[in-house]
Amino acid sequence: MMNIFCKKIVGGKAEGLALLSNKPLNMLSMLDTKSGEIKDKEHDLFNRTLANRILIFPNCIGSSVGAYVFYSLKINGVNPKAIICTNKCDIITASGCAISDIPLVDGTGVSFKSLNKNTKVTVDADNQMVILGTL
Amino acid sequence: MELTRKEEKALQGEYGDGLKLAYKILVAIGNANNATKLIPIKWAHISGVNFNTIGEAGVKFLSQLNKETKVKVTTTLNPMGFDSKKDNKISEDFKFNQLSIINSYLSLGVKPSFTCIPYEIFDLPKKGEIVSFAESNAAVFVNSILGIKSNKESSLSSLASAITGKTPYSDLLINELRRPSVSIKPEIDIKTESDFGLLGYFAGKIANDICVGLEMNSESLDIINSKAISAGIGTSGMCGMFTNKINDCEKISFGKPEITDVKDDLNTAEKGDLIVFGSPQLGLHELNMLGHLTDGKKFKKPCMVFCPRSVTECNKEMINKLRKAGADITCDSCTCLTPLITKNDYDSIITNSIKCAYYMKHSNKIDVSLKDMKSIIKEYCE
Repeated sequence: MMNIFCKKIVGGKAEGLALLSNKPLNMLSMLDTKSGEIKDKEHDLFNRTLANRILIFPNCIGSSVGAYVFYSLKINGVNPKAIICTNKCDIITASGCAISDIPLVDGTGVSFKSLNKNTKVTVDADNQMVILGTL
Repeated sequence: MELTRKEEKALQGEYGDGLKLAYKILVAIGNANNATKLIPIKWAHISGVNFNTIGEAGVKFLSQLNKETKVKVTTTLNPMGFDSKKDNKISEDFKFNQLSIINSYLSLGVKPSFTCIPYEIFDLPKKGEIVSFAESNAAVFVNSILGIKSNKESSLSSLASAITGKTPYSDLLINELRRPSVSIKPEIDIKTESDFGLLGYFAGKIANDICVGLEMNSESLDIINSKAISAGIGTSGMCGMFTNKINDCEKISFGKPEITDVKDDLNTAEKGDLIVFGSPQLGLHELNMLGHLTDGKKFKKPCMVFCPRSVTECNKEMINKLRKAGADITCDSCTCLTPLITKNDYDSIITNSIKCAYYMKHSNKIDVSLKDMKSIIKEYCE
């Protein structure tokens, strides 16, 4: 178990398996909002779904209306359970999570390299804490 | 971010769901941008009106807003997808969704202005006052030319600011941060509105910052050229302001190779099948310029002119003249993500606007012949 301080952006608490990426996401052009899958062949999460995962990625890029894509994912029940931004948390992710009730923290400067596919992650945004543990 | 007791209560939902959601959005954005507090605004201008921009998710989000939720400050709206008084060639599905979006905004109490140049139409707040503008050309214009402060806002942040009357105090609202770290020095004579647009596009792309320096005389910046620079900057990056007050800056020159480079990026065709003016929408100054240039002539190709309805009502004589020359005057909408100009009908268009060129190429997948207004009239009018 490991506790890491992360700044709260959108409150709430959730736990799940980590989905880790080093690449930014353009929500508007890369996501299939029905399945939650990333459909950009160049992306390291190609064909993986955000559904029910704890998404750990740098930040969103592109048009700010990408925020509504998080809302689509939520309506379709394929949203990530919580999100950790590892670069500067951007306003697309911040506003998208705010309207979709997805807990969000800023994990700038934190290394998540030790994570593997069995790592359970708890994002406790209200207490500004991320807890890493193995299943 | 510190909230007052009243703001905290609103965030907890004591004053209703609409305010709760609006404060939630502002607190998230404020946290992300390291804002210390919320600060009152005089005016909000909302983007995300055209159905092509916010899509079905936007329609759903707006329609579930509580009917008792109302805006607290003067709030104006960006263009929508078509001209409400014309028989547009638009699918029933698009019309249905577009009307749903408009009804949602109107129920909040916003003005149905459908314009991307609110600064040319409405009474302006005083210099130094704070607004929340989500239309990028408008945010850059008011910051740089009028000294009114705005961050480059989004559809959701401007909506939340309209409902609360507040915005997170960060970035371009703070005097010390309204300073560039990179400045662009033009090494060539920049004369036409299109070249000013290319300069803006280059500056926005290079700056990678909220403010960029432009080494030029304020006298060379009339309203037409200022609009062109603002739209160019707003299109290419995150930058929300330009200034000629430059101190210790990294200098970057803008010469022949640089302007050729950005032009090649956007100018993908020699000729076009449709002439398009507007993006930003034309104001009185540009309409006068266009009217004088086309006086007694006729367009040899179809020509669409996008301008706000209020502007057409101010100068009916000029509008009639342009109609006689063959121009199709289109209100309520603009070229940015427009459903009115499609690849099915046109392989390429002709325009003087950098913003129009960018969105035609990237969103509508249509080629662009980029020329200044005078050259377009010379080539395509007789």
